[in-house]
Amino acid sequence: MNNTTETKAKGSFDFGKFISKLGPLVALIVLAIIVSVLNTSFLGINNIMNLLQQVSINALIAFGMQFVILTGGIDLSVGSILALSGAITAQLIVSGVSPIVAFLIGVACGAVFGALNGVLIAYGGAAPFIVTLATMSVYRGLTYVLTNGNPITGAKMNDSFSFQFLGQGYLFGIPFQVYLMVLGFAVFYVLMHKTTFGRKTFAIGGNEKAAFVAGVKTKHILIWIYVIAGFLAAVAGMVLTSQLGSAQPDAGTSYEMDAIAAVVLGGTSLAGGKGKMSGTLIGALIIGVLNNGMNLLGISSFFQQIVKGIVILVAVLLDRKQAKN
Amino acid sequence: MKIEMKGISKSFGKNEVLKDVNFTVKSGEVHALMGENGAGKSTLMNILTGLLDANGGEILVDGQPVKYHDALDAEHSGISFIHQEMNNFGEMTVLENMFLNHEIKNKFGILDMKKMRTQAQKVLQRLDVDIPLNVPIGTLSVGTQQMIEIAKSLMNDTKILILDEPSAALSEKEIDSLFDIIRGLKKQGVGMIYISHRMQEIFEITDQITVMRDGLTVASYATADVDVHQIIKDMVGRDLSDFYPDRNPKYGETRLEVDHFTSKGVFEDVSFSVKAGEILAFSGLMGAGRTEIMRAIFGIDRHDSGTIKINGKEVNLKSPYDSIKHSVGFLTEDRKDEGLILDASIANNIDLPSIDGFVKHGVIDQKADNDFVEMLIKRLTVKATSREDLAGDLSGGNQQKVVLAKWVGSGSQVLILDEPTRGVDVGAKREIYDLMNELTDRGVAIIMISSDLQEVLGFSDRIAVVYEGHLNGEIATKDATQENVMTLATGGKLDE
Repeated sequence: MNNTTETKAKGSFDFGKFISKLGPLVALIVLAIIVSVLNTSFLGINNIMNLLQQVSINALIAFGMQFVILTGGIDLSVGSILALSGAITAQLIVSGVSPIVAFLIGVACGAVFGALNGVLIAYGGAAPFIVTLATMSVYRGLTYVLTNGNPITGAKMNDSFSFQFLGQGYLFGIPFQVYLMVLGFAVFYVLMHKTTFGRKTFAIGGNEKAAFVAGVKTKHILIWIYVIAGFLAAVAGMVLTSQLGSAQPDAGTSYEMDAIAAVVLGGTSLAGGKGKMSGTLIGALIIGVLNNGMNLLGISSFFQQIVKGIVILVAVLLDRKQAKN
Repeated sequence: MKIEMKGISKSFGKNEVLKDVNFTVKSGEVHALMGENGAGKSTLMNILTGLLDANGGEILVDGQPVKYHDALDAEHSGISFIHQEMNNFGEMTVLENMFLNHEIKNKFGILDMKKMRTQAQKVLQRLDVDIPLNVPIGTLSVGTQQMIEIAKSLMNDTKILILDEPSAALSEKEIDSLFDIIRGLKKQGVGMIYISHRMQEIFEITDQITVMRDGLTVASYATADVDVHQIIKDMVGRDLSDFYPDRNPKYGETRLEVDHFTSKGVFEDVSFSVKAGEILAFSGLMGAGRTEIMRAIFGIDRHDSGTIKINGKEVNLKSPYDSIKHSVGFLTEDRKDEGLILDASIANNIDLPSIDGFVKHGVIDQKADNDFVEMLIKRLTVKATSREDLAGDLSGGNQQKVVLAKWVGSGSQVLILDEPTRGVDVGAKREIYDLMNELTDRGVAIIMISSDLQEVLGFSDRIAVVYEGHLNGEIATKDATQENVMTLATGGKLDE
């Protein structure tokens, strides 16, 4: 009797499981088809490259954000970290430091800003939302102090081929930052799904106390997770600075929201403990296609915000419904 | 009031949970409903209180067929269900909790505190307990909260009260008060259905025992006419001639030695040791500090002074990480809170303390990890369809096996088990004891904290008794009796 039920279960198509596994991908494809039907230039090579370029920055931030969200946390300060590390690098380049050194210092600073978040959360015992809300303000303020409220730009930045290449260069016809995104995805995919660090991240999100009792150095891991988030935000900051040829004091404002949206659209639970890296990449692409598509269709930016909000709501509600079944 | 449930059946899909259940309870009677986990007790009670619909059979109240649509409907008819897990709002006061959703308002829609207070006091008086009404309910002990829960149900003029494992989280003293209340209510004519795994209690407090097994009522007795062995036999369906397996320990070297261990205000000057192959039971009243001592040893909580030696070498266990590195394992008291990640797979729970050992070229060697998990699932006979099943979907006994698998897998040489058989059915209990025997045969030293005195006396080699944060005495289990353990547990000394 057992056998028959088993074969039946295997034979029948489990639609619910299929949707929850492939839901975000299906949504992305459907969305892309709709946009390309409405505006044929969507599938043009130039537009696709443009889209990927836009997606890269959000995706890089979202990869780090996903680690944070997997632990049940949130990092609101990534947009500010992006701006501050971008400004630091720009300032260094303008003062004559070699672009490569400036780049390294910039991302290191991002990692340190993240570490500070992590220490406050792990050892201070404060809620991630509050800590990063505060540091979001602090890092943004520091950016304004450093830049005096004005963009940092100068001949040196546009002269530096290596730095310019980061956000403006093409390799085999593909924007360089897209390679960065792919590399970031590969590295952090392995970290999340193939290493003990990733497993411990999920364990903390699933049940932090049980993880601690099972020997997971929870504080340690938490700090590293915020370091990753800060580091990736800084890398995104480098790309953006290079792309614009200047560091804007208000760069990255509300980028944390797009990153969170990408993670959630990708099926990661805000409660922590569940999610996939591939989902986040798809989530970032969905947001990219939405933005790009609405621009192509000439929808006003006011309406774009409304549509984006509704899409996120629908996605999350569908996900909740799925979880209940 | 007399409730008769006749020929009740219930299926979930193809799974027949109740086949043909007959159960009767009347006013002024305390009726024990017993059975292993999964026997169908909860389903039966949920049908009685309208939470579930039966597929067949009927419910008669005083001879009249009835059908309740939901818990509220049942409550209005005088049947209240006190669930094992209470749903109190810890930050709200006792009074607010008691009247939640039943608030009394005056004609302007404003809460009538005075009226609510009078009513609450009246019902607490009926229980003969004194509980402050204005303190946040979360600051009161679990026992007190449970009394409030009972009081709450009495406000609805309850005639039949269902108590699901009411003593599970109570101290001995609180259980005594609970029993006083039950006896009082009985005199007032309230009928009670008492669900519990604790034999001692059942025989102390109930008048009637009905045993369920595999969705059937297998027997019903007057408590006075039956003994523990018969009940266990009915529950398990076979004769457990010996409920606790024999201990034939061969001791080796001292595995763990704790000296002058102190955490100010929690426990003082605790010294003991346990040998390879030994089971040292930690007994004591709830709140005596047994769990706290073990948590500090394992490095979950801090301690102020004292030393720990493992295999003769002094070690500094600052965190569970250090303890695991020194082959110490700790099955915590509350498996849902600290033992398991309920939303994670069995596999991801079992390998968590050992995961660092499966790294090859920087990534997890998934095949080795899977083999390890499969081996442990088999060895501990965890019943699941696959290692990917969620831990939260397992029965209590199987969940406990998963936690044990974790610590067996991590190679624990010193294993601290805090209430290893709590909330575990009789069959799985026996399997856990057998495993403990197997582990001690292999030279593992086991420390078992248990509030079940029968278990302590039935399955340990030596008993350490904790009273108010210090060790009040140690007895070899063969010399121990219920009386002398209780004497030590309540602060007395044994005369030589």
